[in-house]
Amino acid sequence: MQEHYGIALAFGAVAFLLMYMGFIIQKLIAPNNKTELKMDTYECGEEPEGDGWLQFNIRFYVVALIFIIFDIEVVFLFLWAVVFKELGFLTFVEVFVFMAILIVGLAYAWVKGDLDWVKMKLKYGTGRYSAARLHEAETK
Amino acid sequence: MADFIFWIIWALIVASAALVAFGNNLIHSVFALMGTFLGVAGIYIFLNADFLAVTQIVVYVGGILVLLVFGIMLTNKISSAQISQSSVQKWLGLIVVLGVLTIILTAVLPHDWVGSITPMAFNETVAGIGKLLFTEYLILFEIASVLLLGALIGAATLARKEL
Repeated sequence: MQEHYGIALAFGAVAFLLMYMGFIIQKLIAPNNKTELKMDTYECGEEPEGDGWLQFNIRFYVVALIFIIFDIEVVFLFLWAVVFKELGFLTFVEVFVFMAILIVGLAYAWVKGDLDWVKMKLKYGTGRYSAARLHEAETK
Repeated sequence: MADFIFWIIWALIVASAALVAFGNNLIHSVFALMGTFLGVAGIYIFLNADFLAVTQIVVYVGGILVLLVFGIMLTNKISSAQISQSSVQKWLGLIVVLGVLTIILTAVLPHDWVGSITPMAFNETVAGIGKLLFTEYLILFEIASVLLLGALIGAATLARKEL
């Protein structure tokens, strides 16, 4: 068993080395002639505007939170996958109950509109969605 | 060889933890935290807890770290303010650190660690944990899903603007 960890470690070490080898080799052989234009961010030929540090959309956060919950669920599924053959069909039912309870949460988030990218049901929204909502109210 | 790897992991944990604490850029601190998490996973393997090691990588490196990065990237002052951390109230911090250190040392030092170690063969624990979880501790397993459900609904509710 112990040698398996050695193999995993060797894989990790080789992957790490290969990743850095690219940096190291180009540092050694590439000519070091930096100009302002070369160090600029490449944006398909366009001149970049503003800062790279900008606020990401807050909606990603809900997705990340939901992801972590199901990440933990996956950990339990690993355990199930290992013993499924041995313990048989009953564990399938057990895991099904487990997942059904969690899917209630996902359905809750879905129904409440947390997963919607464009929130059309905002009560006091302004901006570009207000026109769409006006249109929605008129057609009703 | 195993001793050598152990010390490398130890150095990785301490070095990346120092980077987390003393780094000036929050994003760099978060990425350094990945080294600490991976190192702790390595320690788990040395403790013959392979399932715990995989869980550490899947949940902490794959989940918590992503959430931390998101937490920084989603802050609305990211473009205006310097994303940096600075040490404030150093003396108060020193007192707290010394207090915690005293508590830990009084717990750790009296125990005879080297004498109580019995060398064990490496065994995989995943199948054993799985078997116990799906037979003897089945109720706890299902209750865990209710706990996760609560966490999911709570997180979704708190992240929403209007309740």
